[in-house]
Amino acid sequence: MKTKGSNLPNLLFTGGAGYYLWLSFLGAAVVAGALAYILQIRHGLIITGMRDPFPWGLYIANFTFLVGIAAAAVLVVIPSYLYHYQPLKEVCLIGEFLSASSIVMALLFVVIDLGRPDRFWHIIPGFGLLHFPQSAMAWDCLVLWGYLVLNLLLCGYILRCKYQSRQPSTALLMPLIYLSILWAISIHTVTAFIYSSLSSHPTWHQAIMMPRFLASAFSSGPAFLILILQIIGRCTRWPVEKKALHKLAEIMTIALFFNLFMLGAEILVETYAAAHHLTHRLYLLFGLQGHTALVAPTWLAIGAQVCALILLLFPKARQNLKLLNLCCTSIFVSIWFEKGIGLLALGFIPSSSGEIFEYHPTLAEITITAAIWAIGLLIFTLLVKLAVAVETGALQQAAHAQGEQPKSRESEQIGQEAKPLSG
Amino acid sequence: MLTRREFIKKSAQGASLLTLGSLISGCFSRGFFQNHLRRMSREEAKRTIQRLEDEYRHEFSRQVKVKDTPAQQDVLFGMAIDLSKCIGCRRCVWACTKENNQSRDPQITWIDVFEMKHGSSMELALDQGTRYYRREMVPAKGHFYLPVQCQQCQDPPCVKVCPVKATWKEPDGIIVIDYDWCIGCRYCLAACPYGARRYNWGRPTLPAEELNPNVHLLGNRPRSKGEVEKCTFCLHRTREGLYPVCVEVCPTGARKFGNLLDPKSVIRKILAEKNVFVLKPELNTKPRFYYYFS
Repeated sequence: MKTKGSNLPNLLFTGGAGYYLWLSFLGAAVVAGALAYILQIRHGLIITGMRDPFPWGLYIANFTFLVGIAAAAVLVVIPSYLYHYQPLKEVCLIGEFLSASSIVMALLFVVIDLGRPDRFWHIIPGFGLLHFPQSAMAWDCLVLWGYLVLNLLLCGYILRCKYQSRQPSTALLMPLIYLSILWAISIHTVTAFIYSSLSSHPTWHQAIMMPRFLASAFSSGPAFLILILQIIGRCTRWPVEKKALHKLAEIMTIALFFNLFMLGAEILVETYAAAHHLTHRLYLLFGLQGHTALVAPTWLAIGAQVCALILLLFPKARQNLKLLNLCCTSIFVSIWFEKGIGLLALGFIPSSSGEIFEYHPTLAEITITAAIWAIGLLIFTLLVKLAVAVETGALQQAAHAQGEQPKSRESEQIGQEAKPLSG
Repeated sequence: MLTRREFIKKSAQGASLLTLGSLISGCFSRGFFQNHLRRMSREEAKRTIQRLEDEYRHEFSRQVKVKDTPAQQDVLFGMAIDLSKCIGCRRCVWACTKENNQSRDPQITWIDVFEMKHGSSMELALDQGTRYYRREMVPAKGHFYLPVQCQQCQDPPCVKVCPVKATWKEPDGIIVIDYDWCIGCRYCLAACPYGARRYNWGRPTLPAEELNPNVHLLGNRPRSKGEVEKCTFCLHRTREGLYPVCVEVCPTGARKFGNLLDPKSVIRKILAEKNVFVLKPELNTKPRFYYYFS
């Protein structure tokens, strides 16, 4: 009698040609990144484009962005569990998976950004010396690890209940849900505080950073989720209702409005007063002393968000999947820039000693960054695969079938055939 | 009797145990598990110094003395620079680099000298000055010079943000770094309002013949890649009653240094008699690094 464990690898790594192609693509990206990382370990961070005046680059930019994506899972959890909105409840698990994978990516980005990863243990409470509560970074470590654990607990419990085809116990689930909602908001608030606590960078040192971080997370997160849910709906038998997408699109639109509103408020205050630190914003918007590397992306990011907002305000446009996907893609990419490199440049250019150092990521840095994304997507893919197997009963069947007749594996494969969105 | 399979299995196990054992002991001997300097017992500190001296002897083929002179009682160091006298010759920059064993390539300097136009404010901003001036002769007409290094703040933002307490303020007011504890996250570089901290982006290089063998555990001992460093007021000298090397080498006597707790010290005299100012006072970091025009 074999347990379900022995079927698991079979189930996870079985699929259509597209699935294998996707896995090998991710695998190749991970391998390339691992090689580049060996180079980084050997030569140090000098192989990146970062230098003293611009000490954080692509790694921390992606870290910041991904904490936002992780936090955005609450936008699925709140409507499903507090308002009992059924279409979203169906995809709640996917949201949680995205969140868990994003946290893993965020943590990996922090680790690869360290100049001395061999001393990582210094940060572990109990062994090392965590500077808690003074350092915002220490706070962030704690809340991120906490959120990851909480997320895995939640996902694990829901999955287990699904596997055993029983309803999750409210007494157990709801406290976890409430905690995860608060925690999700806290991870992004604390991440914003990493920047806004630094009085040395006046453009970061703003209370508006925290609400703005939430607003941008709550638009980029659903944008990503809307795209991913459609892919999952196409590739698997997971029930993804159109209604769920539309609810997410509504939430995204509201968050996007607040994000742009706060951006406008920031720019208005800075330009009207025209105090010395306006130079940081001027660098992004118009360039300084001939340094204009980020001018085009900045305007593109703002333009894309404004256009997306205008489009999304029309319910008809939101209903049109093609238009919706276009909006989601542009929101995702523009916020990735705005909250990543754009945010770092806003603080670091000009630097604390008044210098303009334009940061250009190197190929090695980009390869490592891509590899972390690949790891995250790999984890996400496998988690979804597992959940689909549980949801459609394939895993249960497999465990059952394996117990009686171990050879009938063909029947256990879960569907890879294209299936139109239901609902 | 062992079958062949069992023999292979057993020897593989033995080999892996051996590897693991040597890995762990290697970690210990290489300082992987080295404790935070402030958590060490006297014994541990002694062993650490011994290990460092051995390592340096191995690396530079020279005898290196690693000191751990503690802060003196009733001493609080401060520095003041007379901007009327500074001519921007950068002798302090190069003397500091030699004294404190900074990496030659990539080049690391702890002192920046900014060339500022007469009439510009003391703001460290690009339209006010540059640290990349190249002149045949200094001082250039219509300019003055502003040397900047670690301001030894009373409320240092870098210390506050460090996630692992790798940097702290000593009793004599000097901000130091436990280089072996630093994880290289560079949050302190982002937090420092004066751009005073330096990061070893690559492996620091220092020719053996240029090494200054008189080093301090918290100061000028050679660093490794991935670690942060900065000015320590030459604590290997100043804790023994000498001046920091930048003060000693200054040809115009623009730099003044002394004990802020000693009412008769030159630094106290300057504070009492001159209108001194500090950089970025609005951030309330309270530097112990003062500037004035005589």
